[in-house]
Amino acid sequence: MRFVTVSGPPSSGKTSVILKTIESLKQRGMKSGVVKFDCLYTDDDKLYEKHGIPVKKGLSGALCPDHYFVSNVSESFEWGVKKGVDILVSESAGLCNRCSPHIKEILAVCVIDNLSGINTPKKIGPMLKSADIVIITKGDIVSQAEREVFASRVAAVNPTASILHVNGITGQGAYELSTLFADDKTETETLDGKSLRFSMPSALCSYCLGEKRIGAKYQMGNVRKMDVDNG
Amino acid sequence: MDRNNLLHEKFSDVLIEIPFAGDFFESQGLDVPQGSVAEFVNSLSEAKMEDLGIDPDEFLDNFVSFVEAVGSLTEKTSRIDSLKIIGGINKSGEQENFELEIKAGEVICIVGPTGSGKSRLLADIEWMAMGDTPTKRHIKINGSDPDKSWRFSPEHKPVAQLSQNMNFVMDLSAKEFVMIHAESRFIRDSQEKVDLIIQKANELAGEQFTADTPVTSLSGGQSRALMIADTAFLSKSPIVLIDEIENAGIDRKKALELLVGEEKIVLMSTHDPILALMGDKRLVIKNGGVHDIITTSDKERGNLVGLQELDQKLQDLRNRIRS
Ligand SMILES: Nc1nc2c(ncn2[C@@H]2O[C@H](COP(=O)(O)OP(=O)(O)OP(=O)(O)O)[C@@H](O)[C@H]2O)c(=O)[nH]1
Ligand SMILES: Nc1ncnc2c1ncn2[C@@H]1O[C@H](COP(=O)(O)OP(=O)(O)OP(=O)(O)O)[C@@H](O)[C@H]1O
Ligand SMILES: [Mg+2]
Ligand SMILES: [Mg+2]
Ligand SMILES: [Zn+2]
Ligand SMILES: [Zn+2]
Repeated sequence: MRFVTVSGPPSSGKTSVILKTIESLKQRGMKSGVVKFDCLYTDDDKLYEKHGIPVKKGLSGALCPDHYFVSNVSESFEWGVKKGVDILVSESAGLCNRCSPHIKEILAVCVIDNLSGINTPKKIGPMLKSADIVIITKGDIVSQAEREVFASRVAAVNPTASILHVNGITGQGAYELSTLFADDKTETETLDGKSLRFSMPSALCSYCLGEKRIGAKYQMGNVRKMDVDNG
Repeated sequence: MDRNNLLHEKFSDVLIEIPFAGDFFESQGLDVPQGSVAEFVNSLSEAKMEDLGIDPDEFLDNFVSFVEAVGSLTEKTSRIDSLKIIGGINKSGEQENFELEIKAGEVICIVGPTGSGKSRLLADIEWMAMGDTPTKRHIKINGSDPDKSWRFSPEHKPVAQLSQNMNFVMDLSAKEFVMIHAESRFIRDSQEKVDLIIQKANELAGEQFTADTPVTSLSGGQSRALMIADTAFLSKSPIVLIDEIENAGIDRKKALELLVGEEKIVLMSTHDPILALMGDKRLVIKNGGVHDIITTSDKERGNLVGLQELDQKLQDLRNRIRS
């Protein structure tokens, strides 16, 4: 089975792009499935179901959804194999801009939208920087020039990625994206033993463990302090 | 400069030869290196590297790729003398059976009912189709297959597109906006170009705007005028695709002259008879396929004059009821 990780900030258009791309893959005779990871709530699974796409949902609750992703991706992969799909797509929203679900030797896609501001590419970490394909959505809402400026900022932080504009609503560009999915012939047997492209943050502070009280004496573990004395 | 020089020479020396190299650091919110790039990366703390979200080796690779990519962008784009469209199939799967070669300076109009496939034809050209779109059309540039790498690096594509939407979301003045657009295309000393673009845009727009007008408060017509002038003078793309510019409240004739004046290949989808007759040829699309290719005749050009007079009358009326 082939596997693709799709990540991106919340509401950037991941589901819309995946739906349109799966439609195109279907025209090429390929069967796709989706695993959706989110924090507290998502209705995406219903959307995929409505389109007749096998879907599995995982909610991380109090955990970082990306950490939850790594802990469950292997099992999700096995689920896809059992469903008999040709391509399994994972959809996850990086909430902290720092975690990234991308795995070595697995096609990695990041979806960001033109409306998120021209400084956004600067702010997003490995999720964008280590992606093989960057999809820019919502180009219908802005001018050509703005699209170009945004794309050039993306190219500056990830110069090796293929950058593609896809309209999540009309699906323009999705056929082209499906070409990239179909051309990547990497068949994966299992994810066991594979490795993340970039480590997840090393945070493990008292607040991660449920501490609520504020103040230095309650802070333990990996704590970093901002510099408020200078300037 | 090879990889070794790029990474190990003093960065200030690299900058002399490659002025845009500093953009790589600026665009990631980093200070420009004092010593060499390799030293700079070594000096970053582990925490800083983590924040950047990238491995040191990958960072160096990215820097080299960036310089290479931009370098090939700032070199003169190779000349495009001709674009050829080789027909594929229509929505019913029937052969289109046509080949059309378009030369620099030519304007081709695309006409047909809504939903017939005009935008799809433009999309085929933008994608440099090689039989791998639903229409199975092929595009050739200067007689050969286009460079496949164009597809995924928007900044290298020889194609500029003027789409129906002209909204802005960036919080910038017209001048600043054109300036950062120029920077994104690595055009240095862009002040002169910026002034020219704003001047030309004002010649197209009904109501004047200044260089300091925020782009978000430009009217629909003004935005479009700005984008047309921007496409004509900033973009080096020798191919321009226009998807319906009619409802824009701008001087359409002047707009087209601006674009074509720069020896570009222009393809324009339109429902407007005046624009359609301004083209050298028009492609009639039906059911997803090119149904006919018509060369604009002298008789039609004669009619165009009448149409334009009629249009001018309407325009005058429009202005009269406004004042
Ligand atoms: N105008 C426009 N809207 C879009 C585009 N792509 C997506 N949208 C809209 O943006 C909203 C969010 O899209 P989704 O596909 O649900 O985004 P998502 O990234 O899957 O969101 P989460 O899974 O909740 O993080 C929806 O209302 C879409 O219709 C686009 O290209 N243009
Ligand atoms: N030859 C073809 N084969 C299959 N599908 C096609 C073909 N040509 C066009 N289509 C599809 O038909 C739909 C309508 O086409 P398109 O949007 O290009 O119409 P249009 O002429 O631009 O309409 P409008 O005037 O409303 O903008 C699109 O989904 C497009 O992909
Ligand atoms: Mg979603
Ligand atoms: Mg159209
Ligand atoms: Zn996280
Ligand atoms: Zn914590």
